[in-house]
Amino acid sequence: MTTTTLAGINVELNDEGFLVDPSQWTEAMAVELARKEAIEPLTERQWQVIRFMRSEYLAKGTGPSVRVLGKTSGVPIKELYQLFTKGPAKTAAKIAGIPKPKGCI
Amino acid sequence: MSDPIEKVSIIISKGSLEGVYPGLIMANGARAEGIEANLLFTFFGMEAILKKRQSHIKVATVGNPGLHMASVVGALPGMSALATHMMEQKMDKLDIPSIPEFVEMISDTGCGMYACQASVDLFGLKKDDFIEQVEEIITVGDFYAKAAGGEIIFT
Repeated sequence: MTTTTLAGINVELNDEGFLVDPSQWTEAMAVELARKEAIEPLTERQWQVIRFMRSEYLAKGTGPSVRVLGKTSGVPIKELYQLFTKGPAKTAAKIAGIPKPKGCI
Repeated sequence: MSDPIEKVSIIISKGSLEGVYPGLIMANGARAEGIEANLLFTFFGMEAILKKRQSHIKVATVGNPGLHMASVVGALPGMSALATHMMEQKMDKLDIPSIPEFVEMISDTGCGMYACQASVDLFGLKKDDFIEQVEEIITVGDFYAKAAGGEIIFT
């Protein structure tokens, strides 16, 4: 666990770099979280996935897996991996300030 | 913290349902974590990528102690189909994709997919017998070259 400042707000990140308290997240923070993942600037298509991850998390309490993302976000799996080369669900969740999605598939 | 795994090359050598899924799940999971992945299908594992076979992969009901079914019962006509049907229903409830769908999805994640040259020769197959996601038929030497710098997992 580390404490850092993102977009002017003091936040805690877990060992994998996920925001500990999702309620602290702001869109300005997403830009800085994306920079840590070497994504800069965020494209509109990446924003679409990030916002979708966040709304799913707020509605269901957990972020979707890559498979569910591919079926429901409107962005196919091939493109998801182009947008987030280090794993779409994991990376988009991190930038969206929500916990890493669980599940094996 | 230990060094993270950056790359895995997974070999699928068995042609039963329980022989195919673990390797697929590991390959898909690797890509989801941002880990580079390759899949090599060899011997009966090639069933998963053969156009005519991939939709007909069954649970092994003979010589499978984990099923807790006597082999003489497992050998009865239709037992393998029944066990497979039950397993597939459960998987569907858990939203686990079928083998054809899963293989296509894993290919979309950017995982390399290959068939083993020796097995292709042995079974008298051609590149055209395989689904389009199979990039190449490769030798063991080619496989080691592709696997260089990563972990190799045999299933």
